Amino acid sequence: MSSESRTADAAVRDRMAGVEPAVGVAKPDPILKASGVRRSFGGLTAVDVEHLEVQRGTITALIGPNGAGKSTLFNLLTGFDRVDAGEWSFEGRRLNGLGGHRVARQGMVRTFQLTKALTRLTVLDNMLLAAPGQVGEGFFGSLVRPRWRHQEEANRERAMELLARFKLDAKKDDLAGSLSGGQRKLLEMARSLMVNPSMVMLDEPMAGVNPALVQSLLGHITALRDEGMTVLFVEHDMDVIMGISDWIVVLAQGGVIAEGRPEDIRSNEQVVDAYLGAHHDEPGAGAPGAGEEA
Amino acid sequence: MDILTISLETAIGPIAAVYVLAAVGLNMHFGYTGLLNFGQVGFMLVGAYGVGIGVGTFGLSLWVAVALSIACAAVMALLLGIPTLRLRADYLAITTIAVAEAARLLYRAEFARPLTGGVYGRQSLAEGFYDANPFPAGRYGVLGVDFSANQAWLMLVTWGLVGVALLLTASLMHSPWGRVIKGIREDEDAVRSLGKDVFVYKTQSLVLGGVLGGVAGAMLAINQQNITPDQFMPQVTFYLWAMLLLGGAARTFGPVLGPMLLWFLLTAFDESLRQLVAADALPFIDGSDIGALRHAFVGLALVVLIVYRPQGLIGDRKEMLVNVK
Repeated sequence: MSSESRTADAAVRDRMAGVEPAVGVAKPDPILKASGVRRSFGGLTAVDVEHLEVQRGTITALIGPNGAGKSTLFNLLTGFDRVDAGEWSFEGRRLNGLGGHRVARQGMVRTFQLTKALTRLTVLDNMLLAAPGQVGEGFFGSLVRPRWRHQEEANRERAMELLARFKLDAKKDDLAGSLSGGQRKLLEMARSLMVNPSMVMLDEPMAGVNPALVQSLLGHITALRDEGMTVLFVEHDMDVIMGISDWIVVLAQGGVIAEGRPEDIRSNEQVVDAYLGAHHDEPGAGAPGAGEEA
Repeated sequence: MDILTISLETAIGPIAAVYVLAAVGLNMHFGYTGLLNFGQVGFMLVGAYGVGIGVGTFGLSLWVAVALSIACAAVMALLLGIPTLRLRADYLAITTIAVAEAARLLYRAEFARPLTGGVYGRQSLAEGFYDANPFPAGRYGVLGVDFSANQAWLMLVTWGLVGVALLLTASLMHSPWGRVIKGIREDEDAVRSLGKDVFVYKTQSLVLGGVLGGVAGAMLAINQQNITPDQFMPQVTFYLWAMLLLGGAARTFGPVLGPMLLWFLLTAFDESLRQLVAADALPFIDGSDIGALRHAFVGLALVVLIVYRPQGLIGDRKEMLVNVK
């Protein structure tokens, strides 16, 4: 591993001090807690997580071989799929049974493995759409322009700040569909920040992004954490994972088989076993977990 | 009268205005929200029968009956939307086409006859409307185009309603509400992930577009003064789609231009053919074939349109092609 990852390791010890690298271990200040979350498709158990906590203000990586259930777990936690059993809470509030939009309003905002830019909307409209609590979003509220004009102005300002931060400000009037793959990833990340989340869930943020942009994306992710946001992300690129994660959760066959700091995971036999024979599991080759496309 | 004048009269006449109104509703569904509604004629049917049943069966005043039309269309939209709008887009398409046709069969059924008049429909529905006609009797028109006072009154009201519908949809679509609606058309999961209740928006859009279809149906009933269920065949929906795509979907004036132009072309085609047949210039065509040829002509026009101008007359080609990856 590079020196860069070693400095990140040093930061890890601060953030996760005193936490045992054991499956289901309690964290000192968990923002997200899940217990007994289970989901099966027919006879296949895609996710069966006994207990998982995510520490506030950290970057937590979710890794595992193809079909381990990473994306399914993502969908379950964010209300995009329904659990068969189990419960989970975010900031102490139970999320069971809440639809995807309600989960997002609680402050847990996700992105998608296959980027979902709203292609026939401009970049700026993509951003503005995401702003929460807009008066003009209501059917009748929208008909009285004076009621939402000022709010729209304020949202526009905030959107432009975020776009500038992600270096997309020059593209604000372009259709999102004209952006490159990497720029769409940036837009999706910027857009999720428009919601004012306290936690972002990134599903393979680096997939299909060119190496130059990977560095910039990584910079953005660590910057988010340094501002106090919690980041949970799914990724395949081991260099990326070891480099920026404070904590790593390893999923295999739907269950958590290990969690810990990057150096704990690197030396964990079970993890090595889980990945053996799954060597095709390179970045970009990533076929999604079971139920991903459903 | 020459072909051009007749065609022009049809293009700005009350029937064209009715189709424009229904197409504005369809544009709300398909153009902006991406909802595949293949049963717009069903909304027209319940709208027309709001007037038919209200005036014809219960003897209500026309204005109350129009309110009934709007209510029926809204209820129909809710009945269609609540079970299907949480599912994938195809389910709405299947349901709308089936429900529109089932509704026609229901309204014409023998057991429904006390209410709907069955296959005979309802007659003399529009007296209240023409009693309110402020135009003195006489002919109205310019440049050879010519309408009676009643037609002029009807056109004023129908095109007035078109104006209101356009103003309403345009101001909605230029608001944050419209932004969410267009976002849903692009990718509803993305919109959901940003905290918007996609189901509510889709339902609102379905109701709004359906009500516009219902009002179009009510105006059709008023225009003809009588209705029968078999006017509301599935073809009407497909004509509306052809008109919307011809004009350009997701544009304010697309659904205005499309119906006017298609009615112009259809009438010009019919009239030219009729005059040629009358003059024995086309011995192989019989007068009764004209209707069938008209369908072929619409098909040909659509093929030409899709090949040369897939975005419609005033659509945005750049926007159209951006999704091609």
